Amino acid sequence: MLNIIVCIKQVPMVTELPWDEKTGTLRRDLAACMMNPACKHALEAALQIKEKFGANVAALTMGPPVAEEVLREAVALGANRGILISDKCLAGSDTYATSLILAAAIKKECPRCDLILCGAYTSDSETAQVGPQLAEELNLPAAAYVENIEIKGRALRVRRLVDNFRETLEMEFPALVTVSMEKYLPRYTTLAGLENAFVEGNISTYDADALGISDKAIERQCSRTRVRKVYLRKAQKENVVLTGTAATVVSEFLDKYENKISAAIGKTIEENEPGDHE
Amino acid sequence: MNRQKSIWIFGDYRNYYQNRVTLQLISKAVDLARIIQAEVCAVVFGHEVEEWIMEYTAHGADRILAIDHPSLTSYSTENYLALIEKLARERDPEIILIGATDFGREFAPSLAKRLKTGLSADCVGLDITDEGLLLQIAPSFGGNMLAEIVTEKYRPQMATVRPGTFKEIPHNYERKAIVERLPLMDKLPQPRIRLIEYERAVAREHTIENATVIVCGGRGLNNKNNFKKLDELAKLLGGDVGATRPVVYAGWADHNALVGQAGKHIKPKILFSFGISGAIQHTAGLGEAQFIIAVNKNPQATMMKMADVAIVADASDLLNTLIKELKKRIRD
Repeated sequence: MLNIIVCIKQVPMVTELPWDEKTGTLRRDLAACMMNPACKHALEAALQIKEKFGANVAALTMGPPVAEEVLREAVALGANRGILISDKCLAGSDTYATSLILAAAIKKECPRCDLILCGAYTSDSETAQVGPQLAEELNLPAAAYVENIEIKGRALRVRRLVDNFRETLEMEFPALVTVSMEKYLPRYTTLAGLENAFVEGNISTYDADALGISDKAIERQCSRTRVRKVYLRKAQKENVVLTGTAATVVSEFLDKYENKISAAIGKTIEENEPGDHE
Repeated sequence: MNRQKSIWIFGDYRNYYQNRVTLQLISKAVDLARIIQAEVCAVVFGHEVEEWIMEYTAHGADRILAIDHPSLTSYSTENYLALIEKLARERDPEIILIGATDFGREFAPSLAKRLKTGLSADCVGLDITDEGLLLQIAPSFGGNMLAEIVTEKYRPQMATVRPGTFKEIPHNYERKAIVERLPLMDKLPQPRIRLIEYERAVAREHTIENATVIVCGGRGLNNKNNFKKLDELAKLLGGDVGATRPVVYAGWADHNALVGQAGKHIKPKILFSFGISGAIQHTAGLGEAQFIIAVNKNPQATMMKMADVAIVADASDLLNTLIKELKKRIRD
């Protein structure tokens, strides 16, 4: 039977961001949370594989203790068990550190896993980096932005659309795949299923010590990047105001933004030649 | 070896956009290089890459590292990773910038991991801090927030950058660069991923929700005939037409075009908004629009306040003039 790990993340609901005006930071503790949408698609892919071929599906997450909720949800949807990594000393990890910690948990809990599935990106930090970095950490072949997965024996065939090219790739287990939101529409959880998962769901919890990531190791292997400042973008908008006759305003606008518009529409907008005015 | 600092740009040339994002990054690197006294180095892998060597030189690179070999004909993350990892270890660049194409966003994290360094994703701004660090400005929460990120201790400092963020330097084919044509490494890694099929995709099923460019109109366009002109602008820009609720109720537009709370939530790179005041029922659908150009006679309208560019003018006049001017300037 296949062993599948699905990495999921609990994220704040994007529509409700409690913003602390004084400190200019996000009150994550106040934000309503949910399972990251792309992670739901990854879980759905795992569950479909389970239904077709039989598989042991473990959901893995790192986060504050409350992140256990998304593991319960995953179990309610059909995962066999949940694994929570939670430790204050791991808070604020960047993708470099996160992939290292997830790899440590996978080596410990499921060293013979065949397939690791991740959501292609998260709705909060949107880096899309943890999947590829986890594959490097575990030295696995990987494909990102996958729409469709087929399995034949020990071979995995995936289809994806990248930079306007449709690719079909093949690799052997063990492998890592990040799942896009194109297909694998997530199923619904029944309330009874959810209640049951909260009562009986099989969840194991690790802290840094239990994973053998001592404080010292974290010091040495920790995040490579540092966030210096976070701010709402709205306040950063330039809000350039243009006035004048329609002809002059249009000229001014196109001269200033032709590059931006060209990039979006995929056609070149020529600079206005001096003296080209009518 | 003389420790000349170097800013590397990965040469991503697979199609027009990628070609451009590489040129845009070279341009930005030229600015950054001036501040930290570095050279700008483009790295290009592939087969028959002379055209790219020429382009990168003409657009501002000081040095080109090129590996040209038939076994590199198609894009391969595994091969490219092995090659650039080896080069980076030998030469120790200060900064590596990679276009945030789908390829770049799969390639860059793996490379950062191998080089044991930091990486920020899909940056919309770059600068140099007072301490001489690369300041990486990255979006999060659907572009609603920005984070300023630095990689303090580790090198290279790495970032992927969203296409269209910077403006390329106009080409100058007289420019010269040091071109190093390097041999393929002795042994490419044993491939673990096989490319079975590979074709340029036919256009994806199109809906207003995934449109890159959207032109929206409201009551300020005054009548149905004026509103219909939006079709012409949308066609020129390869975009879609959206509408506010009063316009849909008035029968100027189909219900499918309704943008807002009760309609579609859109996420275009460019949103034109003509004659729209900006009621919450409409703006609730615009949270993820990246760049908004609003046209309205009233500079105090909410839509004008939330726009990146607010043009104070009669919406219909401006629409007609814009169409006329774009017809002259757009080159396919």
